[in-house]
Amino acid sequence: MSEGTIKKFMFVNRKAPYGTIYALESLEVVLITAAFDQDVSLVFLDDGVFQLKKGQQTKGIENKNFSPTYRALDGYDIEKLYVEAESLAARGLTEDDLLVDVTVMSRAELGKLMDEMDVVLSF
Amino acid sequence: MLHIVNKSPAERNALESCLRVAQGGAILLIEDGVYAATRGNAAENHLRDALSRFKVYALAPDLEARGMGDRVMEGVATVDYGGFVDLVAEHKNCQSWL
Amino acid sequence: MANIEVNGKSYETDEEGYLVNLAEWNEDVGNYLAQTENVAMTDQHWEVINFLRDYYNEFQIAPAVRVLTKAIGKKLGPEKGTSQYLYDLFPYGPAKQACKIAGLPKPTGCV
Repeated sequence: MSEGTIKKFMFVNRKAPYGTIYALESLEVVLITAAFDQDVSLVFLDDGVFQLKKGQQTKGIENKNFSPTYRALDGYDIEKLYVEAESLAARGLTEDDLLVDVTVMSRAELGKLMDEMDVVLSF
Repeated sequence: MLHIVNKSPAERNALESCLRVAQGGAILLIEDGVYAATRGNAAENHLRDALSRFKVYALAPDLEARGMGDRVMEGVATVDYGGFVDLVAEHKNCQSWL
Repeated sequence: MANIEVNGKSYETDEEGYLVNLAEWNEDVGNYLAQTENVAMTDQHWEVINFLRDYYNEFQIAPAVRVLTKAIGKKLGPEKGTSQYLYDLFPYGPAKQACKIAGLPKPTGCV
């Protein structure tokens, strides 16, 4: 990447945590990307909204609970978190169920935002 | 027969297939499959309709890991790993809808 | 995998010397790991180590250097929130060396 070029990166998270490795992998790539001072957006839609659900307790399944790490993103200057409203509704969730501050937007708005990106990474 | 479903109803049709094909017995939801048993999810009514034909269980540690332990729909029983083993032992056969 | 021995008790470490189970950490283990890194621990060092452990408990990751520097500045005062200050304490990299002494895994995105 040439110096001074800032690109718009979007990470699209569509998988529930723990059942597959996608959510954790995405989070790790996001944290690494933060070192390159790019314009990073995170999107959570479909089952991906479950990644941000409050109250995850993973002791019983002997997995690492990585949900607190989403709260660290702010310190990494990653502040653009978007959640699709329709995905929340289809899962009986509301914004209050989420463990970080996000912008909830409609499917149509999200699609528009996606169009504006330079690079979209899908997990 | 014990039917085990480990996929989210929003991502795969494993539960749908199971409900369509299976003739009765018990269904145990594990891993991402537990989301089907939570209140307000899109498959809720589908699963509720099946409660007359099946005894439905969800694995508690998987619900808790996902922060969904407190929103299990009525009619679904939760079990721990010991209960999982008991269910397998109680049924003469089982099938995992992968 | 390797093992270190502190006060007659054995602790598992990875091939780079990081403690495998962070719950096993205590100050003696911290001091031992500091010796292996040739770091003479002072109150200033411990301040950073304790900060890192608190950060890990809250967020479940070890912060990248840039994030650590900023967060230390906020918590312990701007004069300490510089990479100069942190590199003076931990010459081979605050993230890498301080994390090791704090018993944390190597930071994600540590370049």
